[in-house]
Amino acid sequence: MGGRASAFLLVGFAALGLGLASLSAQTADAPPSDRKSGFDYMGPDSQAMQKDDLSNPGMLGVLDGEAMWNAPAGTTQKSCAACHGDARESMKGVAAKYPLLDEATKTPIDLVGRIDQCRVDRQQAAALPREGRESLALTAFVGLQSRGMPLAPPDDARLTPFRKAGEALYTRRMGQLNFSCAQCHDDNAGGHLGSAPIPQAHPTGYPIYRLEWQSLGSLQRRLRNCMVGTRAEPFAYGSPEFINLELYLNWRARGMEVETPGVRP
Amino acid sequence: MPKPGSRRSRMMFSVDRPALALASLLLSAGCAFAEDPARYVIENGAIASPLTGQPGDPARGRKIVAERQKGLCLLCHQGPFPEERFQGDLAPTLAGAGSRLSEGELRLRLVDGTKVNPETIMPSYYRTDHLQRVPPAFAGRTLLTAAEIEDVVAFLSTLRDEAKAGNPSKEAK
Repeated sequence: MGGRASAFLLVGFAALGLGLASLSAQTADAPPSDRKSGFDYMGPDSQAMQKDDLSNPGMLGVLDGEAMWNAPAGTTQKSCAACHGDARESMKGVAAKYPLLDEATKTPIDLVGRIDQCRVDRQQAAALPREGRESLALTAFVGLQSRGMPLAPPDDARLTPFRKAGEALYTRRMGQLNFSCAQCHDDNAGGHLGSAPIPQAHPTGYPIYRLEWQSLGSLQRRLRNCMVGTRAEPFAYGSPEFINLELYLNWRARGMEVETPGVRP
Repeated sequence: MPKPGSRRSRMMFSVDRPALALASLLLSAGCAFAEDPARYVIENGAIASPLTGQPGDPARGRKIVAERQKGLCLLCHQGPFPEERFQGDLAPTLAGAGSRLSEGELRLRLVDGTKVNPETIMPSYYRTDHLQRVPPAFAGRTLLTAAEIEDVVAFLSTLRDEAKAGNPSKEAK
């Protein structure tokens, strides 16, 4: 272990995305006014970087995603735009609702999963590897169409057991260091792990451009960083555990403003 | 949780049986942390007896506490380490720890703080069970060895005279 693991640990906890507040009372049911995005923690330079599309490095991914949106793909040689038209209209507010219930499987599906479903079934193209440049670019482009809108997880009773499972994971101690998400991001949000402020873990900006990564990355990548930091075996990309956790986190952050593509340290 | 007295430890054995101690040393040479936790007894909120036959070394203990890859202490605690930047603020200061707590109380908090407060965020530095999703690389290994625990206890015991610097309201954490 050594340097690499400690780096993971340091950053591991640093920024799931979000906020300062009193040391004690961050809860899932905190009133909206008490909830803070990771944006609120950042210095003015990083905030300015996110707010200016010309300096936000995540916008490069968005541009790639827009090109993919319009490019023919798969054996059908259809583009996303061929069916969905102008994403500025058709994708408005869409990313803010995911994960939602997939009617075919009756299980939750995240935005990456839905895009893959479309590629495989409709375009007859290969699924995009999770966390690859293309997958991140397309989700960033679709995500941008919800920027400024409130996170709007569907109030669908069929999702409740999955969201509850996500909440159970959030409060479960894991890893050799034996931390739960809640112990840091609810009980100690606003405190500092080393020099890094512990945010409230509201996933408002994903995929984010993380300066430490020097790239776009998904919420699941960020969650894996945290798990490695606590010396826990991370869940796999696309696993039901991560999708359940995302369901819970989005519910917990419902109503907060989508920032995609967010910039984080 | 190793039930007090439930497991015979190489450590305790080694005191009486040099041959076994050597075998244990050879066995553990490849994986420094993979020793069976020494047995210990918790009484009155403390582990009065040292985990090893060797007294802890405060200088080594200080190094462990300050090393972020090793002790991890300064990620959450502050303390009298003027050379260390970026000390966390999630837990009571280490300054004055030796005045506030006895050696045995310090030892228990390092070995398994959940025995003091089940909700504590303090990792258990000398426990390998009742943990979930521990990757193979760390499975069965304690965060610190018995000797390292003793070093840290010895060091923290030297941090005296600043009892008032602690934050009593966060003591339980």
